[in-house]
Amino acid sequence: MPAPIRLRELIRTIRTARTQAEEREMIQKECAAIRSSFREEDNTYRCRNVAKLLYMHMLGYPAHFGQLECLKLIASQKFTDKRIGYLGAMLLLDERQDVHLLMTNCIKNDLNHSTQYVQGLALCTLGCMGSSEMCRDLAGEVEKLLKTSNSYLRKKAALCAVHVIRKVPELMEMFLPATKNLLSEKNHGVLHTSVVLLTEMCERSPDMLAHFRKLVPQLVRILKNLIMSGYSPEHDVSGISDPFLQVRILRLLRILGKGDDDSSEAMNDILAQVATNTETSKNVGNAILYETVLTIMDIKSESGLRVLAINILGRFLLNNDKNIRYVALTSLLKTVQTDHNAVQRHRSTIVDCLKDLDVSIKRRAMELSFALVNGNNIRGMMKELLYFLDSCDPEFKADCASGVFLAAEKYAPSKRWHIDTIMRVLTTAGSYVRDDSVPNLIQLITNSVEMHAYTVQRLYKALLDDISQQPLVQVASWCIGEYGDLLLSGQCEEEEPIQVTEDEVLDVLEGLLVSNLSTPVTRGYSLTAIMKLSTRFSSVNRIKKVVSIYGSSIDVELQQRAVEYNALFKKYDHMRPALLERMPIMEKTASNGPTEIVQTNGETEPSVVEPKHPPPVNQPASQGNDLLDLLGGNDVPVIQTTMPTKPASAGGELLDLLGDLSLGGPAPAPAPPAPASQPPFLLDGLSSQPLFNDIAAAGIPPMTAYNKNGLKIDFTFERANPNPNVAVITIHASNSTEADMTDFVFQAAVPKTFQLQLLSPSSNVVPALNQGTVTQVIRVLNQQKQQLRMRIKLTYTHKGSAVQDLAEVNNFPPQSWQ
Amino acid sequence: MINFLLLFSRQGKLRLQKWFTPLSEREKKKVIRDMTMSVLARPPRTSNFLQWRDLKIVYKRYASLYFCVGLEEKDNELLALEMIHRYVELLDKYFGNVCELDIIFNFEKAYFILDEFLMGGEILETSKFAVGGSVEEADTLQETMEEYMSKPAY
Repeated sequence: MPAPIRLRELIRTIRTARTQAEEREMIQKECAAIRSSFREEDNTYRCRNVAKLLYMHMLGYPAHFGQLECLKLIASQKFTDKRIGYLGAMLLLDERQDVHLLMTNCIKNDLNHSTQYVQGLALCTLGCMGSSEMCRDLAGEVEKLLKTSNSYLRKKAALCAVHVIRKVPELMEMFLPATKNLLSEKNHGVLHTSVVLLTEMCERSPDMLAHFRKLVPQLVRILKNLIMSGYSPEHDVSGISDPFLQVRILRLLRILGKGDDDSSEAMNDILAQVATNTETSKNVGNAILYETVLTIMDIKSESGLRVLAINILGRFLLNNDKNIRYVALTSLLKTVQTDHNAVQRHRSTIVDCLKDLDVSIKRRAMELSFALVNGNNIRGMMKELLYFLDSCDPEFKADCASGVFLAAEKYAPSKRWHIDTIMRVLTTAGSYVRDDSVPNLIQLITNSVEMHAYTVQRLYKALLDDISQQPLVQVASWCIGEYGDLLLSGQCEEEEPIQVTEDEVLDVLEGLLVSNLSTPVTRGYSLTAIMKLSTRFSSVNRIKKVVSIYGSSIDVELQQRAVEYNALFKKYDHMRPALLERMPIMEKTASNGPTEIVQTNGETEPSVVEPKHPPPVNQPASQGNDLLDLLGGNDVPVIQTTMPTKPASAGGELLDLLGDLSLGGPAPAPAPPAPASQPPFLLDGLSSQPLFNDIAAAGIPPMTAYNKNGLKIDFTFERANPNPNVAVITIHASNSTEADMTDFVFQAAVPKTFQLQLLSPSSNVVPALNQGTVTQVIRVLNQQKQQLRMRIKLTYTHKGSAVQDLAEVNNFPPQSWQ
Repeated sequence: MINFLLLFSRQGKLRLQKWFTPLSEREKKKVIRDMTMSVLARPPRTSNFLQWRDLKIVYKRYASLYFCVGLEEKDNELLALEMIHRYVELLDKYFGNVCELDIIFNFEKAYFILDEFLMGGEILETSKFAVGGSVEEADTLQETMEEYMSKPAY
């Protein structure tokens, strides 16, 4: 048989192929030749054949039949064979195939070979693709080589050890003794790989981390030498000596200094030196600066150093090089939580990056911009972000829209602004808005009571323009259904009211039903909206007709709705007004944005009304107000006007009110054992005396919840009879000073596991000199029988000045919550 | 650590592939396809970085070849650019004014150089001369044709 063709010959031949088919034919022919050659167990040409196979493998053709041949090459004595054999093993074998284990013995032998280059091959292969079994078997050999004085082998053994540790973390301990004097090497290769090994060990084990902290001074010294040393031709990159080693050392210092004052202190000077002296004209200098900044931000550095770091990032932002801008934005995103104010200073540059052509930079800039939005800059930032939303690529629109909604919710300076912003997003990026934002928006709109007329008018006008964007259409049809009467009556205060007739409105809604652009969900929304209008409009006949048509719709959902609405018209017409009246205010689950003081179970379905509330009064317009009274704000709307005056603080306090409690320490854990151990008869005793409500409650003594500056608030308790889990607390507020306390508002918040309902107070003036008390009833549902804690907030006007106070009430008698 | 290093031409033909994490053949092919598509689609004058799954991809074009590296979250992208440049310099020194054809016809040597420069996804040697020196010295151990024929295999 003629000698198989040489590798270069094959490559040349294959490259002459003009079509894919031609190439495939050549490859198949050669593969057949190689296969028969393998079958003949030809030692002479095995190496050449495997090399050719590797080339064909790179072109994408299967080469698995060469795996065993690689093993035979590795076992050969010839260096040429071993070189190709190990290369083939790394390319063709992986740990998923059991065949790879056959290598283990060969590698073991080669690790002890007399030629360092053979040892090097073995270490390299083990370090690149060794499986956990192989690593376990050979770790001892690697450890031995880690202690050799041969720097060529030592550096390879170090990285091999890193791989072993990654595969089999338990073996980390065995390499510890060998690390003893790794850093005293002069050879940069060994130094670099040693630093990598130490980094790997410190990242994986806190004990190792503590152990290696003592190396900080040595690392600082090495770094210093690198910076101060003269030109070294073999390590120089654009005037900087061994940047790879510098960066690795900085990274290790970062890990060692994190959370540790002494280590951070020890590296302060060198970090400052690197930060100020590194040449920034080339990429290599900036790579080092980047790593330095990351280190400074992560350790306990002094504030001067941190400011220096942020300023470096600020300078990066202005750099012409896109890579550097990208990296700066990424780092700023990481630091914006901890050093918010410092990052704010660079806000305008970041916002400019939104206009960059590079997609990666735009994305980073968008994320960072959202992180920087706060109550002060919301108007300006939103303008930029909305402009960005208009012009950005579709891949950004969904995230940007969600971000805008979130930011608007948190920091909206006014209701009108908030609604306008939502409208803008819906009209410009309406089809990219996430599905879950539709219910959120609807809830937001319901809660902005005074904006209903304005909102529905704007939404109606938007619908006239464009019905293709489903989220917009859904929100609009829901609003028209709810507030159609406002639309007709032309009550809008915010802008010129439009003149629209009932028929025109119904035309629009019916148009949505028949349009091809509407999804089934949208159709459902519009059918329901039409139905709701039957109680708000007078053209009931028209609505009846529409509803009956859809009773035979193919869409099952629509059909069901239509049939049920039809039934409503026919058999249950008397119930129709009650069922279709104005929705009550919905409570929010999430803690973003303005939260009510009253804690609820967080039901978001609009149709579910809290069982504890008395049935709503049938007055569509003032519906919201009645419920507000029940929820206990006096004339203050439940959505506290936290926004207009001091967005951050007012909202923040309310949130603190709730946040601290729900995070509040010992409440959940110790509570459960306590009730269980209580003798049951005490409770029985109380609830079995229905005649003596007061005396039954006498088991629960009254308490003083608050007594400060002349204002005293007492709590008295009762059990609500039908439900023993509900405690009824009556607060009695009295004023011992000589001036009345007016505009008195009592608010309370309880931990998440409770439900609280505040009823209306008797009055909002606490007369002076204890001439009278203001009473208010609180009902607390304590289903989990946990220890009751409450935080109360009192606001009142006294002698012309506004007073506000927060207090925690912890001294509830045990019987009140058990 | 570096998860992979790929070299491909402007037409998307693979010239070198080095994997530092275990992946099946199918997964490797998918990565290669994704990388070639994403990198070749990048407009000019954009940054050298892009995000792909949970990896940072750093790529650089040298003449007709794209060098593409997949990094983990904590790796330094700017340094990766330097690393790619160092590899190109090493190839250049070894082959003398390296071009794509050198790498096509001598791919196994490109791998040998790579294996003296990187191991297990980390940089092994930072000295410009040591890498080339080791490869050249190892080359001398390769048997000539006569030696090869006369030496017993086992």
